[in-house]
Amino acid sequence: MLNVGKIEEGFVLDHIKAGKSLQIYHHLGLDKLDCTVAIIKNARSNKLGKKDILKVECDIDTLDLSILAFIDHNITVNVIKDGEIVDKKELTLPKEIKNIIYCKNPRCITSIEQELPHIFVLADPDKEIYRCKYCEEKMSPLN
Amino acid sequence: MRHLMSPLDFSVEELEELFILANDIEADMGKYAHACTGKKLATCFYEPSTRTRLSFESAMLNLGGSVIGFSDANSSSAAKGESVSDTIRVISCFADICAMRHPKEGAPMVAASHSSIPVINAGDGGHQHPTQTLTDLLTIRSLKGHIGDFIIGLCGDLKFGRTVHSLINALMRYPGIRFVFISPPELRVPDYITESLKEKDIEYKEVISLDEVMGELDFLYMTRVQRERFFNEEDYVRLKDFYILNKEKMSLAKKDMLVLHPLPRVNEISVEVDDDPRAAYFKQVQYGVYVRMALILTLLEIKLT
Repeated sequence: MLNVGKIEEGFVLDHIKAGKSLQIYHHLGLDKLDCTVAIIKNARSNKLGKKDILKVECDIDTLDLSILAFIDHNITVNVIKDGEIVDKKELTLPKEIKNIIYCKNPRCITSIEQELPHIFVLADPDKEIYRCKYCEEKMSPLN
Repeated sequence: MRHLMSPLDFSVEELEELFILANDIEADMGKYAHACTGKKLATCFYEPSTRTRLSFESAMLNLGGSVIGFSDANSSSAAKGESVSDTIRVISCFADICAMRHPKEGAPMVAASHSSIPVINAGDGGHQHPTQTLTDLLTIRSLKGHIGDFIIGLCGDLKFGRTVHSLINALMRYPGIRFVFISPPELRVPDYITESLKEKDIEYKEVISLDEVMGELDFLYMTRVQRERFFNEEDYVRLKDFYILNKEKMSLAKKDMLVLHPLPRVNEISVEVDDDPRAAYFKQVQYGVYVRMALILTLLEIKLT
């Protein structure tokens, strides 16, 4: 069993679907931050069988976690301060996402103008449906 | 500053104001003959559309304004690879208002977000064609006196037909409207529209036979099966002649039923129907000019004193 030590301040993202941790690592921009990150893949889980875990040691105001809900709203976000869990965040779908998913409609303006950001807007929170801001092509979250 | 990207950009109340203005223009065109003197409309048409472009140009000329523009992407800087956002920044220096048609969906929205002048979506791929919808609504309102409490049949290409999608979405906001969708199974109205109707508890039915429902309708909105919306020529050829409205079918309709069509027609309405007083599609073209005049005045915030 692999042991990864406790963190003093930051986040523990638990119950990530196995194999998704690197995607989250990139979407949260952790590759650009100068902080300690532990990526644990395929950890044993009673709930999921296998899961990924991300431990991020950083100031708790540094990270925008809104994108996590779009990727997988089953992820548990534990907020750590002074080595203890001080909060468990509930994930809500972001109203707008930028350059996380790309519009696949060949008739969309984004298919010919490469510099345009791919923006999707939450059209139906109940059905978790996003639509391309430009052509209204439908997309569902990644999970 | 406002743009028009979708017919839903305007509330029902704002549309009502627009239609009142359009009807006032219809009643006394001369009153508005100099309303836009000194103003320029740019028609930026990246794909051919003689009808819509000329309707916009006619509208601006009727208001005493002038018109510049291009009618084909090959004769614009798009052929050199200029982006829509750059083009509109440049056009903003030349004109006071812009009507843009583009084969790519969302292009006018990109333009609007970089523009310092009002942008009107004059059709973007299979997505939106708001001024056609405003035309349809004004025609219905003018010929029936109000919008609401009627049965409208929409016939033909209900899958790719953007005018149909826009019209349904716009009509959903009015009371007492029932929809009858008449199409071959391959060209059925998309699920998201029927889902939306169900959610709003709006009555609709889907049928294949036009004859079967003809007698129920207060309006029949015919559409053309458009070659340019198909990736596969075989499918287009197979479906293009599925419905042809002729005298025989018209004999099944109510005496005050009205036939609308966004035009151009190919052969889906037989020319023998043109003389029928219920054929309203050429009147619809005239209403298209009035509503575009009203729209230009509204977006330029010009009010006659």
